[in-house]
Amino acid sequence: MHFAFTEEQIELRNAVRDLLAKECPPEVVRRAWSGGAGRTDRAWNAMAEMGVLGVVAPEAIGGIGGDEVDLVGVLEETGRAALPEPIVETAAVAVPLLAEAGDDRAAALSEGGACASAIAPTDDLAVWADTADLLVLFDDTGVHAVATSDAELERRHSVDGARRLHRVVARLGDSTRVGGPDAAALAFDRGALGVAAQLLGLGAQLLDTTVDYAKQREQFGAPIGSFQAVKHHLANVRLALEFAAPLVYRAAWSIASRDGERSVHVSMAKAHASDAAVLASRSALQCHGAIGYTTEHDLHLWMKRAWALGAAWGSAPGTAAASRARSCDDRRPGAEIMSEAAPYCTERTRRGRAWPERPGPKGQERES
Amino acid sequence: MDLTFDEAEEAFRAECRAWIEENRPDPALPSGDTREGFGLHRVWERSLFDARWAVVSWPREYGGREASLWEWLIFEEEYYRAGAPQRVTQNGIFLLAPTLFAFGTKSQQDRYLPAMASAEETWCQGWSEPDAGSDLAAIRSRAVRDETEGGWRLTGQKTWTTRGAFCDRLFGLFRSDPEAARHRGLTYFLVDLRADGVTVRPVERLDGDEGFAEVFLEDVFVPDDDVLGEVHKGWEVAMATTGSERGLTLRSPGRFMATASRLVDLRRAAGDSVDPAAEDAVVRAYIDAEAYRWQTFWTVTRLAEGERIGAESSLVKLFWSELDVRMHETASELLGSSSELIDGPSADWMKGLQFALAGPIYAGTNEIQRNVVAERLLGLPRK
Repeated sequence: MHFAFTEEQIELRNAVRDLLAKECPPEVVRRAWSGGAGRTDRAWNAMAEMGVLGVVAPEAIGGIGGDEVDLVGVLEETGRAALPEPIVETAAVAVPLLAEAGDDRAAALSEGGACASAIAPTDDLAVWADTADLLVLFDDTGVHAVATSDAELERRHSVDGARRLHRVVARLGDSTRVGGPDAAALAFDRGALGVAAQLLGLGAQLLDTTVDYAKQREQFGAPIGSFQAVKHHLANVRLALEFAAPLVYRAAWSIASRDGERSVHVSMAKAHASDAAVLASRSALQCHGAIGYTTEHDLHLWMKRAWALGAAWGSAPGTAAASRARSCDDRRPGAEIMSEAAPYCTERTRRGRAWPERPGPKGQERES
Repeated sequence: MDLTFDEAEEAFRAECRAWIEENRPDPALPSGDTREGFGLHRVWERSLFDARWAVVSWPREYGGREASLWEWLIFEEEYYRAGAPQRVTQNGIFLLAPTLFAFGTKSQQDRYLPAMASAEETWCQGWSEPDAGSDLAAIRSRAVRDETEGGWRLTGQKTWTTRGAFCDRLFGLFRSDPEAARHRGLTYFLVDLRADGVTVRPVERLDGDEGFAEVFLEDVFVPDDDVLGEVHKGWEVAMATTGSERGLTLRSPGRFMATASRLVDLRRAAGDSVDPAAEDAVVRAYIDAEAYRWQTFWTVTRLAEGERIGAESSLVKLFWSELDVRMHETASELLGSSSELIDGPSADWMKGLQFALAGPIYAGTNEIQRNVVAERLLGLPRK
């Protein structure tokens, strides 16, 4: 048992943090709100140049040949920066999916020459679909990669002004399918893990920002951070992040090592990361007071991303239900857990807008 | 990153499991916080000790196996998974022993550690006083130098002393220099509760057990040999091991995982009539127990590489104590009106709830722990 990152993994994460501090400060996120594509250009290209988009791409197609454990810290940093780019959809979902399918579109994605969007099986909309080259879509036969030019898009508007959402109408069939149900399940897990990692980063950034503010802002002749009520809000956020992070890292390892309980582990990670980031948002706003309740302050850029991602790729209650459903884990000590409840469990797998019971995201048509 | 146990660790697990299954008392022992139950738990502790399972991580010369932290965690998982008895030696082996290892003389270690591990001598903690709870440095019980006898004379009152009515010895802080500032001038003493001048009054706890005591000391003589660490440095001695690896810092996940499993069983037994909110609470509790386990593994990896953990131990205490309460409250929801019963099959849950409710209070209330997190981990100003 060795539950830690390697020095190389930590260096890679730190390099991404430094790069995004330079290329994706809050002004850049703000510009994405008002700019046409809702994206950054420079930050994306810089990430591509660094090779970050190909972390999990095989070396044979020019990637780094790493795995989800290498990628998870990178994605956490993209959350910290509130990077308005489809990095989860591209680097975490589409690149390994297509590479494993032997689809040569993987190379362009991993080099940054193209990018992907996706609609999670739990969701209805694709983010930044209008500037993506291809769309990863799910149905009950598996997972598809559709050229955006072959799909109809209808713009929807997110509370997070950088997230350009689209309803997608596309024909799915044998010609678009890049993997069956197993590949689809793996792609979903990778997306949910990626978003969970971003939520950790968002939560950490919200906490850091609020701690700084609470040290400086004075009322009643003292920094508000000296008041116990404020301290306890922030301690609760630190607590939630402390116990969400190991679940996220463990889920990354479970995907990378193809653990049989991988999907349960991802669900647990997403449930905790969503709750932690949403709590961080709420507490950050409360501790900032009215100054945080304005779009002139940067706080809302992180808060709104946390709301959006907390609900995407399986919301916390949905993922908690999924964990219940999939906790038929009889390898772990002490865990006849739920095994007798298996029938009750599996039928409710990823309950709510469940996968794979649901035929496909709304707005998609099956090829007849 | 490698999240698997190696062959030797799996073999260790199998060995623990087999021994505990074979030897665990069945039916379960009565509560160790009653006089009768305490005696039976002592017998159980002796059999653990004889088989070298009482203190697996300790040196062999004191009855341990020199097990790694990982093996210790494995032992704990197996112990609680099997529903084996509560550890009535825990204040000794988890709270005092780390301090004895760090500050005790060789002769103190030789004298006290084996007897503590075998439950031949049981220990209780003498921190709290009527006017010193969360504000521990407000301790007033005093130690006065006795040069002729070569020791100290202790006078004062300790309270909320867990199992104080049954234990043989007490470790605690006493004010040896009345002139010094609050945190200074305290000394750490090892006190024989059978000594002249000691009066122990049992106090009934919330759950009806006689598990608490008030300890009155009137001019009780303690020889110099029973001072732990330096005179007047008791605060530093006591605090140095509050971040101790095997103490409260690293409360093993085994107990909470076992409770989460029992909660899942309870939900299963309840059939189809379960309120969805209660069901969701069961799932969340299960996930939280997993989170606790993996956070522990994360921390143990750091410790195994020689890192120290400090104020992070407050996060750990907050998490397990509040999780334990949530799990038991969820059980009450599932049990409905039978949750109030203190006889019959559900009684353990009500007992457990009352026990769990102590968690956010002892070892530094959770309000204090949140202050520690805010001030020492987040750097917020004290005042």
